[in-house]
Amino acid sequence: MNNLPDTSTYPTIWDKPPFIKKAWLRWSIIVGATLYLIAALASMDINVQRLLEGIPRGQRFIDSFFPPNFADNRGVVWEGILESVWMAIISTVAGIALSIPIGLGAARNLAPLWVYMFCRFIIAGSRTFPEIILAIFAVKLFGFGPFAGFIALSLGTIGFFAKLLAEDIENSSEAQAEAVKATGANWFQWVNYSIQPQVMPRMIGLSVYRLDINFRESAVVGIVGGGGIGATLNTAFSRYEFDTAAAILLVIICIVMVLEYASSILRKWVQ
Amino acid sequence: MLKLDNLTKRYNTGDLALQGVDLTIPDGQVLALIGPSGAGKSTLIRCVNRLVEPTNGSATLNDVNLTNLSSRALRKSRRKMGMIFQEYALVERLTVMENVLSGRLGYVGFWRSYFRKFPKKDVKEAFRLLDRVGLLEMADKRADELSGGQRQRVGICRALIQDPDLLLVDEPTASLDPKTSRQIMRLINELCEERGLTAIINIHDVLLAQMFSQRIVGLALGKVVYDGSPDGLTPEVLTQIYGEEDWSATIEKVDDEDEDD
Amino acid sequence: MGAVMVVSKENNDLIWKRRTSKEQWANWFFWLLGISIVLFAWNIISEKTVWFFVQDAPRQAADMGTRMVPPKWSYISKLIKPVWDTINIATLGTIIAMTIAIPVAFCAARNTTPHILVRIFALFVIVSSRSVNSLIWALMLVFILGPGVLAGTVAIGLRSIGFCAKLIYESIEEIDQNQVEAIKATGASNLQQMVFGILPQVLPTIAGVGIYRWDINIRESTILGLVGAGGIGLQLNGSINTLAWTQVSTILLVILLTVFVSEWVSAKVRGAII
Repeated sequence: MNNLPDTSTYPTIWDKPPFIKKAWLRWSIIVGATLYLIAALASMDINVQRLLEGIPRGQRFIDSFFPPNFADNRGVVWEGILESVWMAIISTVAGIALSIPIGLGAARNLAPLWVYMFCRFIIAGSRTFPEIILAIFAVKLFGFGPFAGFIALSLGTIGFFAKLLAEDIENSSEAQAEAVKATGANWFQWVNYSIQPQVMPRMIGLSVYRLDINFRESAVVGIVGGGGIGATLNTAFSRYEFDTAAAILLVIICIVMVLEYASSILRKWVQ
Repeated sequence: MLKLDNLTKRYNTGDLALQGVDLTIPDGQVLALIGPSGAGKSTLIRCVNRLVEPTNGSATLNDVNLTNLSSRALRKSRRKMGMIFQEYALVERLTVMENVLSGRLGYVGFWRSYFRKFPKKDVKEAFRLLDRVGLLEMADKRADELSGGQRQRVGICRALIQDPDLLLVDEPTASLDPKTSRQIMRLINELCEERGLTAIINIHDVLLAQMFSQRIVGLALGKVVYDGSPDGLTPEVLTQIYGEEDWSATIEKVDDEDEDD
Repeated sequence: MGAVMVVSKENNDLIWKRRTSKEQWANWFFWLLGISIVLFAWNIISEKTVWFFVQDAPRQAADMGTRMVPPKWSYISKLIKPVWDTINIATLGTIIAMTIAIPVAFCAARNTTPHILVRIFALFVIVSSRSVNSLIWALMLVFILGPGVLAGTVAIGLRSIGFCAKLIYESIEEIDQNQVEAIKATGASNLQQMVFGILPQVLPTIAGVGIYRWDINIRESTILGLVGAGGIGLQLNGSINTLAWTQVSTILLVILLTVFVSEWVSAKVRGAII
C-alpha cells in the first residue's frame, strides 16, 4: 500500500470492548434478565379461548372507526367533552397558581430550610399517587361530578409543576441572581428581575404541556366519577356502542393534536 | 489525476459559491486552497465527492466523471477519496479503533460492519496507521476522550485506511492551537509523500499553506485568482485574494522550529 | 419573551417603556381573554357541583381518616402476586413499546425518514398513542381481550409507543450531522451511515427513555386493575367497593413503596448510562 517497509507485526483481530466491563456482572445481568422474562411470561395466564372470542369483537371495534358515528342523540357526548375541556383548563390554572408559591418555597437557593422541607413534602405527596386515585378520594370527599375531578387534577398539577419549577430555579444562573441582589433589591424584586426571566420561557412551555396532560387525564377521571367524558366512554363500551366510543376517541385525539400544535407555536413565540 | 472542468455551484438562496472553476491536479501533488471565508473553498472540496451537488461542470478523477455517477457508483468512488474534516467529525461515542475502521465501510458489507468483523488485513492496517501517527495505545478509548490534535490524527487514519487516490482536506487546523497545527500539517505532508498521494488542502493560514504545499490556488468569490508556487504570494496577490491589508507580516518566512512529538 | 426595549420621544424627552403601545394592548387583551375563559369554565363546573358536599368534605375526610387507620398489615400477604403482576405489566409493556417505538421514531424523524408519507403516518401513530390514556386503552382491551394481565400489558405497551417514539425521534433530529457526513464520505451505504453515524449518538437517549417510561409505567400499572386489567388495582377496586378502608390504606402504602423503589432504580440506572 505504501513505500514504508512492514517491519513490525500488528494484531489482525480486534473486538470492541463490551459495554459492561466486569464479566461476572455482565453475565449475571443477562442470566437474570432471561430468567425474569421467562417467569413473567409464564405467569401471564393467557386464556386462548377468550382471546379467540375477542378477535371478532376487536374487528368490529376497528370497523366502527370507519366511519365513526358522530350522531349524539342525547347530547351527552358533547356535554362530556366540554366538561373535560373546562375541567382541564381550570385545573391547570389553579394548579399552576398554587405551584408558584410552592415551587418558590421548594427551591434550595430561595427558601429557608423549614419552608423548603414543607414544600418538598407537599410535592412528593401529590406526585406519588396517579390522578385517578386522587380522584377516587376526591369523589368520596366532594361527591360525584367535575369538582372532584378538578381537585384531583389540580393536586396532580401541583406535584408536576412545582417540582420542575423548583428544579429550574435551583439550576438557574447564580451569577445573574447575585448581580441583581448586589443592587440592593428586596426579595420580591430579586425574584422578579433575576429568577423569573430565566425560568419563564420553560415554564410557559411546561404549562401548555401540563394542559395537554390534564385534558387527557380529565377524560379518564370520569370512570371513577370525577366528571368529564370518561363516564360516557365507559358507558358506551359496556353497551357495546362501539361507534359512539370510536367517535369519542377521535375527538379526544383531535383535541390533543390541536393542543400540541398550539403549544409548539407558543414555544416558538416565546423563544 | 483530478480534473475540475467549469465547476459551478449556485445555492437555492441564489448565492453563486463557485463560478466556473477549472483546475488540473497531477498525481502526487499537494495543493493548498486559500481564500477568505465564503470564497467557495469548502464548496469546491465538497463538490468533488458530491457531499454538495455541483450545479454545472464536472469533476473527473482518473478518467471517471464523478458528477454524473449513480449513487452506487458514487459510493464506490467515494471509497477512493479520503476526507479530513475541520471539526474532526469523529463519531464521538465510538472507540478510536471503530472510527479508523469506519474508513473501510465502503468495502465491507452491512452485516460484517454491524458486528464489527472487519477483514484481518484492515485491522492490521488500522493498527499500523495508529502506530504511525503515535496513537497505538488509544485504540480502545472513546473518541471524545481525546484531545483536539489526537482526534485529528484519528481522522487522518480514517481517511488513509481507505487507501485513497485523492485526499480532500477541509481546514484541518482550524480548531487547533499553533503548535498542533504545524504537527498535523507536517504529518499530512509526510504521509502524502510516503504514498505519492494527491491532496487538496483547504486552509486559511497562509503561512502554513506556503510551508506545507507544492502549489497554491487562491479563491475569491468563487473564482480562481491565483494559481502558482507558494513563493509567488506577494502582497499584491494577497490583496487580490483577501482584500487590502498589511501583508508583510503574514508571508515572512519563519525558521521551522525543531518540534518533538 | 417578546419584551423589547422601546425608546420613544415625547416633548424632547427620551422615554423608555417595556413594551410598545401595540404590544401593551395585545398583552392586556390576552390577559382579559384568559381570565374570561377561566371564569367561564369555573362557572360551568360549579353549576354541576353540589356545594353541600364540598362543605361537608372536611367531616368526610376526618371520618375516612379514622376508618383508614391502622392499615391492615395481614393483608400484605395477599398483595404479593398482584404486585408481581403490576411489575410485569409495566416491564413487558415497556419492552413491547420500545421495540415498536424505535423503528417508528426513525420513520418520524426528518433526517431518517424514507418518505414524507411514511413520516406523516408515523407522526399520526405517535399522536394517537399518546392522546389516549393507558386506562382508556385498558378499558377497550378488557372488552376485547377479556380481563387480566394481558389486557393491561398491551394497554401499557400501546400508550408508551407514542411517548417513547416522540422523545427518540426528537433526539434523532438533533444529532450532529458532521459525524454522519464523515461516514458518508468514506463511501458507506445509507444503512451503514445510520448504524455508524446516527445510532451511537442516540443510543444513550434510547436507553434513558426506556427506563424513564418504565418508571412512569409502574405508576400507571397500579391503577389498571380499576377497570379489570390486572395488577394491584384489582385489589384496590375490590377494597373500595366493599368499603374495606383499612385494606385500602395497606394497598396505598404498598403502591407508595413500589413507586418509590422503581424511581430509585430508574434514577440509578439512568445515572450509570450517561
